[in-house]
Amino acid sequence: MVGGALGKVYADGEEIIRQGESGDAMYVVQGGRVEVLQNSANVGEQHLAFLQAGDFFGEMAVFEKEVRSATVRANGEARVLRIDKKALLTRIREDPLLAVNLLKTMSHRIRHLNEEISRHGNTAL
Amino acid sequence: MHRSVADSFSDFVEDENKDFTLKDGSRIAVVGGGPAGSFFAYFLLKMAQAIDLDIGVDIFEPRSFKYCGPAGCNHCGGVVSESLVQTLAAEGIVLPRGVVQRGVESYVVHMDVGDVSIESPVQERRIAALYRGNGPREGCDATLESFDGYLQDMVVGLGANIVPELITGAETRDKRPFLKYGDGKGGQYDLVAMAAGVNSNIINMLNDLTGDYQPPKTTRGYICEFHSTPEEILRILGRAVHVFLLDIPRFEFAAIIPKGPFVTVVMVGDDLDQELVHTFLNDPVVRRTFPTNETPCVCSCSPLINLGARKRPYGDRVVMVGDSGITRLYKDGIGAAFRTGKAAATSAIFHGVSAKDFEKHYWPTCKRIVNDNRVGKVMFATNTIMKNSRITRKAMLRMAQKEQLKKGARPHMSTLLWNMFTGSAPYVEMFRGTLRPGFIYNLLLSLGSALVPDRQHTRTEKKVA
Repeated sequence: MVGGALGKVYADGEEIIRQGESGDAMYVVQGGRVEVLQNSANVGEQHLAFLQAGDFFGEMAVFEKEVRSATVRANGEARVLRIDKKALLTRIREDPLLAVNLLKTMSHRIRHLNEEISRHGNTAL
Repeated sequence: MHRSVADSFSDFVEDENKDFTLKDGSRIAVVGGGPAGSFFAYFLLKMAQAIDLDIGVDIFEPRSFKYCGPAGCNHCGGVVSESLVQTLAAEGIVLPRGVVQRGVESYVVHMDVGDVSIESPVQERRIAALYRGNGPREGCDATLESFDGYLQDMVVGLGANIVPELITGAETRDKRPFLKYGDGKGGQYDLVAMAAGVNSNIINMLNDLTGDYQPPKTTRGYICEFHSTPEEILRILGRAVHVFLLDIPRFEFAAIIPKGPFVTVVMVGDDLDQELVHTFLNDPVVRRTFPTNETPCVCSCSPLINLGARKRPYGDRVVMVGDSGITRLYKDGIGAAFRTGKAAATSAIFHGVSAKDFEKHYWPTCKRIVNDNRVGKVMFATNTIMKNSRITRKAMLRMAQKEQLKKGARPHMSTLLWNMFTGSAPYVEMFRGTLRPGFIYNLLLSLGSALVPDRQHTRTEKKVA
């Protein structure tokens, strides 16, 4: 393709990050769709979410040293931009408000998680 | 003693009018709808919405970025740096495919002693080549989307109002800035953000009005657009920006940037004139990279480039962002527009719009750029010395070539050249890199190697070319 686009192209099903591996970057979807999956001993591989252009993932690696909590794969061809941890933290140090957008998304995800837990709790009752 | 426009506006506001905070119903004028104006308006509106502050923003921009050629042009090389692409992504701003004319994966440095291709550190397209307006003359047939137009649409989506009028005057009324525009129209504002750049006549108009405005120091650059087909341009130039370190008198540097069906040639030099442009375009190194005689130049200009900084790019109820105030030396002007626009908006929303507020909360961002530019001047002066000697050119080339060929090698010279040309890192960071023992050791080795007569290196050069 001659036209312009940023990031790296991942083929359908190609892994972008893998659960359990250490990470030093977060990613922003530039085009296409990616799928977030989590593997657990009890349930096996479970679909968590689809993410589209503008959504980001892998942000936990920027703020803590834990391993990746989920696997993310391209769902169809997807274009994804990598944001280096060191570069991002340097910019956040200069401009703390840069973190606000990340916090908003993380807050939204916690809210969504709480709703899921609440829904599962009600189902169990 | 010189007094600035900002100082004059300060006179408008008497002591009894101490309330410099924005409130519900406050009106803000942004003069200039380029990246600096749009980024300022974007963050101002986003932050206002976050704290439930209801403000009105008018952006004065007489041009339409839907027009190709001079009518919609902002006279710019049009490269969004790696660091800004990442910052925009983290802010949730994704540059659409139509706006990005070419995702750049590498920079090729051309010298008379050879070329070296420096790949992006993570093999992905992290630099955007784009058009600020809707492309050059003859660009109307192409499916180009304007970067400035995209940003403008974004701020309109947040509630900004575009006023397609030219500012014709500014004065004070009831202790607030009053802007005149159109045929006898005008409006009073609680804050005026100047984002008209250094190529706009409004700066001179304000100078006439107050007799005290000191615009930033400028130099002239040269920009020319060549037209071909996207496939042909991809074949000749690939997905790389091509930069030139040539020993031509008065020549500083030049870049050839592929963008869809066009190629932008940007050049900076001392007392840049047609003769220097002609010498550069006909240099054998340039002709072997991009034979301009086979591709027509469809649009050219010699815009002013900001070289310095205003001493105080703010005053009571006035702030200057982007090129109108302070920008980065030679590189990453759009990145500087982002940083100054956001810092000014943050100061206005969370602290106030007095000169003191901007001094305390906006100036530190400007000062970082000013201090970094000082180091940048040293870096460019060193670069000029290095590029003017064949031995140092060969040493730089060999060091970068070795790093690119050897997997796992620390890319000292490659990183320096990458950052110098892409503008991705502050000049201070680049300077620190040159003080590393590894950089100095490898440069000395390469200098020693460059001193050996050429014949002994023929085999090596063939291998790495």
